[in-house]
Amino acid sequence: MRFATEIVVFSVFAFAALVGAGLGVDAPFRQHMWVLFFVLAGFTAILLRNIEFKPAAPIDPSAYMDGPIRYGAIATVFWGVVGMLVGVVIALQLAYPDLNIQPWFNFGRLRPLHTSGVVFAFGGNALICTSLYVVQRTCRARLFGGKLAWFVFWGYQLFIVMAATGYLLGVTEGREYAEPEWYVDIWLTIVWVAYLILFLGTILKRREPHIYVANWFYLSFIVTIAMLHVIDNLTMPASLLGSKSYSAFSGVQDALTQWWYGHNAVGFFLTAGFLGMMYYFVPKQANRPVYSYRLSIIHFWALIFLYIWAGPHHLHYTALPDWAQTLGMAFSIMLWMPSWGGMINGLMTLSGAWDKIRTDPIIRMMVAAIAFYGMSTFEGPIMSIRTVNSLSHYTDWTIGHVHSGALGWVGMISFGALYYMVPKLWNRERLYSLRFVTWHFWLATLGIVVYAAAMWVSGVMQGLMWREYNDQGFLVYSFAESVAAMHPYYVMRAAGGTMYLAGMLIMAWNITMTILGRQREEQPLPGSVSAFQPAE
Amino acid sequence: MGYNLMREFADSWGLLAMALFFVGCIAFALRPGGRTRADQTAQIPFKDD
Amino acid sequence: MGLMAKHALIERNATLLLVGSLLVVTIGGIVEIAPLFYLDNTIEKVEGMRPYSPLELAGRNIYVREGCYLCHSQMIRPFRDEVERYGHYSLAAESMYDHPFQWGSKRTGPDLARVGDRYSNEWHTQHLTNPRSVVPESIMPSYGFLKDTQIAVKDFSTHLLANARVGVPYTPDMIANANADLKAQADPAADTTELEKRYPKAKVGDFDGDPAQVTEMDALIAYLQMLGTLVDFKTYDDAAGYR
Repeated sequence: MRFATEIVVFSVFAFAALVGAGLGVDAPFRQHMWVLFFVLAGFTAILLRNIEFKPAAPIDPSAYMDGPIRYGAIATVFWGVVGMLVGVVIALQLAYPDLNIQPWFNFGRLRPLHTSGVVFAFGGNALICTSLYVVQRTCRARLFGGKLAWFVFWGYQLFIVMAATGYLLGVTEGREYAEPEWYVDIWLTIVWVAYLILFLGTILKRREPHIYVANWFYLSFIVTIAMLHVIDNLTMPASLLGSKSYSAFSGVQDALTQWWYGHNAVGFFLTAGFLGMMYYFVPKQANRPVYSYRLSIIHFWALIFLYIWAGPHHLHYTALPDWAQTLGMAFSIMLWMPSWGGMINGLMTLSGAWDKIRTDPIIRMMVAAIAFYGMSTFEGPIMSIRTVNSLSHYTDWTIGHVHSGALGWVGMISFGALYYMVPKLWNRERLYSLRFVTWHFWLATLGIVVYAAAMWVSGVMQGLMWREYNDQGFLVYSFAESVAAMHPYYVMRAAGGTMYLAGMLIMAWNITMTILGRQREEQPLPGSVSAFQPAE
Repeated sequence: MGYNLMREFADSWGLLAMALFFVGCIAFALRPGGRTRADQTAQIPFKDD
Repeated sequence: MGLMAKHALIERNATLLLVGSLLVVTIGGIVEIAPLFYLDNTIEKVEGMRPYSPLELAGRNIYVREGCYLCHSQMIRPFRDEVERYGHYSLAAESMYDHPFQWGSKRTGPDLARVGDRYSNEWHTQHLTNPRSVVPESIMPSYGFLKDTQIAVKDFSTHLLANARVGVPYTPDMIANANADLKAQADPAADTTELEKRYPKAKVGDFDGDPAQVTEMDALIAYLQMLGTLVDFKTYDDAAGYR
């Protein structure tokens, strides 16, 4: 009987959630458990309606398992739109504070929703679905573990829903990018270990002697995130029926553990994982092998070795001991080299086919992603130098830096991968529209440029205003004056973000139509069809 | 093991060791040989779809 | 061959690749983080630090819940302008009982490490309810709902106990009196002699202008008013604390 086990498990957990909603010791926990109950009860109902008593059709063990990947691609687009929309909302809240609606939609509760929404919901789904796509095709093996991939997909969506609703209800551990509370963390740990087993199991049953380099990056991303997540989220709950827990570490130790986690969320989630994406999808779309396979080996080991040390550069001039700050700075500067190793390798894959940048908008997207990767991994080491950091820290400069990496690199490489993958996953001849891809490209690029420029100017200005002295030796500006000076830049930033979001919406439309099997009637892009047609 | 020792190590020998590690990496990248095998592995994505 | 042949082994063996990457990524964490726990000069020796009183801890939890750390830092760096603007640079010892730390990473608003005693309780209530009525340039959201929300925790001693389990020196006496202390600190009519013995320098009395009930506004202001006030810098030796 199809879904029998699932229905039993879902209803048991739904009941447990109901008990939690009744007995919880604090209001946010009870509300959160109600959310969980409705989600699980909804799932049970859907499964009950789809129950079948016929035996399931036999599965072809040699075929790839693409079902969870198709769902993952849709989830990536959906969460991308949601996360970036919240980003535009909070950007507007900073420009127009009356847009805050207390208590649920205040900036302080929405910002974790934005960061987790784009990093973990959009980025995480992009990584999970592309990694499962890539690992099967480079190992020539079906995904390991039967339904395990479905558990990973739905389990991860449940994590996202619980984390997101928790933020709005005020359920948070209060440490950046690791905000979900203890019970949500435990759930993510289970899902993540299942993901590791799924990925590693597929590699182990491969029919290809070598493990392709993209899988190395994906594997190191999965295993490192597992380690970071578990150690950083060691907490002591005040009650097993309550939402509040206290971090196992305090003060300076807590700070370094958190930024060791935080920086490596950038290093392994947003860099190593997406480099894995680059190493498969750029060669495929360009139809030529990676520029230097040997360079990829070297920069892989150098990258993962160096990244893990760089965390303390988030704590320059704080109460963290000097020796740790110096280590963090030195490794951050060295990190420039392996980062650019990856950039060179990605860009040079196109050598001999540079014309594709002009003719193929998907390649153009990927090249822009790699270029933004190069730019932000150059800016990063500079900002980790202590004297520069003394100006840039605590200002919008950091926000601009993060977004040139997140919107430019993470966003664009994911868009490129999706545009390549979606027609293949649904057996479509081509995308709905290539012209829409061009529109998306220009909106996204312009959006990033406006965003980063506004934040760079406002960040440097903020830093300089705070430290400005007059001839008599008095501070020139009050803090409130520096806040007022930011207004035009916050408006510009919101405009840049809106452009990027508009591009995202165009992509959502394009991909939806592709899935539906439509093809837009349009003029071919200039240069995309060779002027010389082969003789019939 | 005191703080000063750690600090001095991080600023001097530790830094030098890491720099040498990098020089080693680059030397390794540029050494001759092994190219054919690497080229074969790089073809993996094109074997199957 | 040589080195490359050895590497070929890793390339073919997924388990080795997994273990290898895990080893490589563990080194940094161990070398950087572990010493912070056993080097005794990581945290300066200072007079005056004590665990948060129950009301302050409840207020801190609200500070965390509302995401204040996303716009306000609690870490003054040792620069002339910051010391002049916010007060003595922050010491590691001052956040030794902070689970989690709230140093922050962004100053959309000013640093709050030493905001205690800078403004009156009335100012804080007004500012949190309607920020632009006291600071016209402010872009802070309104938190007026805190004043209408009574502190509703069934048993606050479990929170002190959880902190004690992760190393905060709460005594059995403090834990036993947690619920009573939570109410008494914001009640102008209560006898707070014992409370002030348990938590020296604690601010007592009504905070939010409504003496009848203990609201989340009381708790948050009680927390803000003690921030950075515990260490007496007249007796602190900068040179001895340098690390």
